[in-house]
Amino acid sequence: MQTPALDPRHFQIAVLAILAAFGAAGLGIDIRPLHLVVVAAVALGTQYLAGRLAGLARFDPLSALVTTLSLTILLRTDGPGLAALAALLAIGSKFLLRVRGKHLFNPANFAIVTLMLASDGAWISTGQWGSAALGALALSGLGWLVLTRARRAETTVAFLATFAALLTARALLLGDPLAIVFHHLSNGALLIFAFFMISDPKTTPDAAAGRLLFGAIVAGLAFAIQFLAYRPYGPLLALYACAPLTPLLDCLLGGARYRWVASSLFKFTRQEKSDATHATRGLGRNDAVPVRHRAGLLRLLRRPRGHRAVQPGLAGRAGPR
Amino acid sequence: MLVRDDDRTVITMANDFQGDARDFAVVVPVPTLVERGQVNVADMALIDHLDAYTAPRLVEYHDPDPCRSYERMEELASARVPMAQASEDAAAARKRGVTIEATYTVGEYDILVLSAEDSGGLVAWLTANGYRLPAGAEPVVRSYLRQDMRFFVAKVNLEEQARLGYTKLRPLQVAYESPRFMLPIRLGTVNAQGAQELFVYALTRSGRVETTNYRTVRLPSDTEVPEFVEEEFGEFYRALFSRQTEKQNGRAVFLEYAWDMAWCDPCAADPLSADELRRLGVFWISPPGGGAGRVAPQGQDVFVTRLHVRYDQAGFPEDLVFHETGDRSNFQGRYVIRRPWRAATSCDASAYYASVNERQEREARVLANLTGWELADIRERIRFLGEAGEPAQEPWWKRLWN
Repeated sequence: MQTPALDPRHFQIAVLAILAAFGAAGLGIDIRPLHLVVVAAVALGTQYLAGRLAGLARFDPLSALVTTLSLTILLRTDGPGLAALAALLAIGSKFLLRVRGKHLFNPANFAIVTLMLASDGAWISTGQWGSAALGALALSGLGWLVLTRARRAETTVAFLATFAALLTARALLLGDPLAIVFHHLSNGALLIFAFFMISDPKTTPDAAAGRLLFGAIVAGLAFAIQFLAYRPYGPLLALYACAPLTPLLDCLLGGARYRWVASSLFKFTRQEKSDATHATRGLGRNDAVPVRHRAGLLRLLRRPRGHRAVQPGLAGRAGPR
Repeated sequence: MLVRDDDRTVITMANDFQGDARDFAVVVPVPTLVERGQVNVADMALIDHLDAYTAPRLVEYHDPDPCRSYERMEELASARVPMAQASEDAAAARKRGVTIEATYTVGEYDILVLSAEDSGGLVAWLTANGYRLPAGAEPVVRSYLRQDMRFFVAKVNLEEQARLGYTKLRPLQVAYESPRFMLPIRLGTVNAQGAQELFVYALTRSGRVETTNYRTVRLPSDTEVPEFVEEEFGEFYRALFSRQTEKQNGRAVFLEYAWDMAWCDPCAADPLSADELRRLGVFWISPPGGGAGRVAPQGQDVFVTRLHVRYDQAGFPEDLVFHETGDRSNFQGRYVIRRPWRAATSCDASAYYASVNERQEREARVLANLTGWELADIRERIRFLGEAGEPAQEPWWKRLWN
């Protein structure tokens, strides 16, 4: 059982841990150590047990840790019981709610929204991360680091660009100052969502075009929830509602299934041919799609600086990680 | 004051208007049409009671005789922090494009609900009718109109006021149903006469209320402060609030109190009765039934949140938007005075004196940090405990560097 040296999730865990520490110490966000321990224990335990039941070859704690930190950062509950339930729902959803070999929901998003809709004792504090320009910049920088490691920046870019465009259009229509637009875009919770939740490569469409479309649709729905229906938590609710679009977009657009692999920083493998083969295989279910062309486009988008993001040897096994 | 459950909201507006009643007017954007039956005039005493109940409190403990071992009592005083609310300057006028959707008199107030095609028309109409809107209000009015909001306009009907015999302006209550859980503050920031001050008292069912688009920060609480703070608790609290606002760069809303209305500890004032709560708009409490003389049960199923914000256009570009959390943990602004034992002692109490001096020095530093007051001035005012009731000798190095 060997974890690759620089899995993007290592960066993600480090950055989320820094965020959690800063939130608790610097912003006075109510992060309770007991909840953190409970969530971590339940998440890792569920991952282990469900992994055994599902027949996964190895226990991979990284995703469970990412989920733990996401829940810790975003979800507030009035007791450790609900926190434990959140962890169970999050990891459980990865194993139970699956379509075409992929889990449907971002685990943390699924748990947060399900609990929030079902119970008064779970909520998220969207204002608590503040909206200071400097903090927003730092957060974006850290988020970008993780995204580029995972090489799946399209969803985030499309989401933020669409959301910004809609906010700007609203401000222009209402004659509001652009300060309101900046105030919203520098909201810490929005940026955490954009860089660490919607970016999840395992639950977004496999094709780059699909991810762009997906990000834009989530942004549109989030905007509608927040500014047309005047309900809070727009982005989280929108991602929850849009999750079923992912298999649909995969069906229509194909694309290569994402694998968590080591960063190319230390692993220079050059097997472009099999990469293309792999992408083609992923598309095989839909004859209408011009396979070669899309694979080429995909490779172009996913291989900045000529580094490889996909490890072909593992490509056939798509399990929850 | 906001009472809310699901989409139902009852807002009670009180303000600190000081001038002639004929100059008073309220212009508030509301998300829905408001009919006659949805408006009520409340009793200011209700709000005063709630204000006193939720006010930051000063608690006093007396050190026991260091030579004996028993506990002494506890007393408390509460500070009445003056209420202030952004009173939107208002005024009137007329023009085409303005629809008067409703007009009625409630108590001593004449009320209009207006909608308009365009903001210029509405502003002109208000101006012509003698309402003074702050300069630069038009774009904000336009924004509200385009968000499909109406304007709720109230001014004092002097005849009615004289007939009813009220000299002070009573709070206006409006009940409406809308998904928007917000408080429009933008009209109060346009003319930028310095920062505005606002207290929000929220009464809800499930738990604490906080803003979704700004940080809600707990004010520092449960700290020990020097004895002299008792004489100027109001000043202390204002200084503390200003200092904390500065620390958050003028961008935070402060939590001053969050508590289940059924009880309090220590109580700055008695909890509100079910009847009082209902009159404040808590619609989910059933009206008092039963025979006369029945004691109203204490408020239940009501959670109160008191928020305090000082806002200006730079720090608060958009309206306050709230949500109700599931957090039912209690919070109060509580400051503690500990009285040293100053009477004669029957044993060698030097260790006690030393510990008190240390505590007094610590309190001085805490106070300086909380309020931004000069440490030297604070030390001047502290009666450091010494032998035989004399101020203790400060260590020679205390004033060496600061």
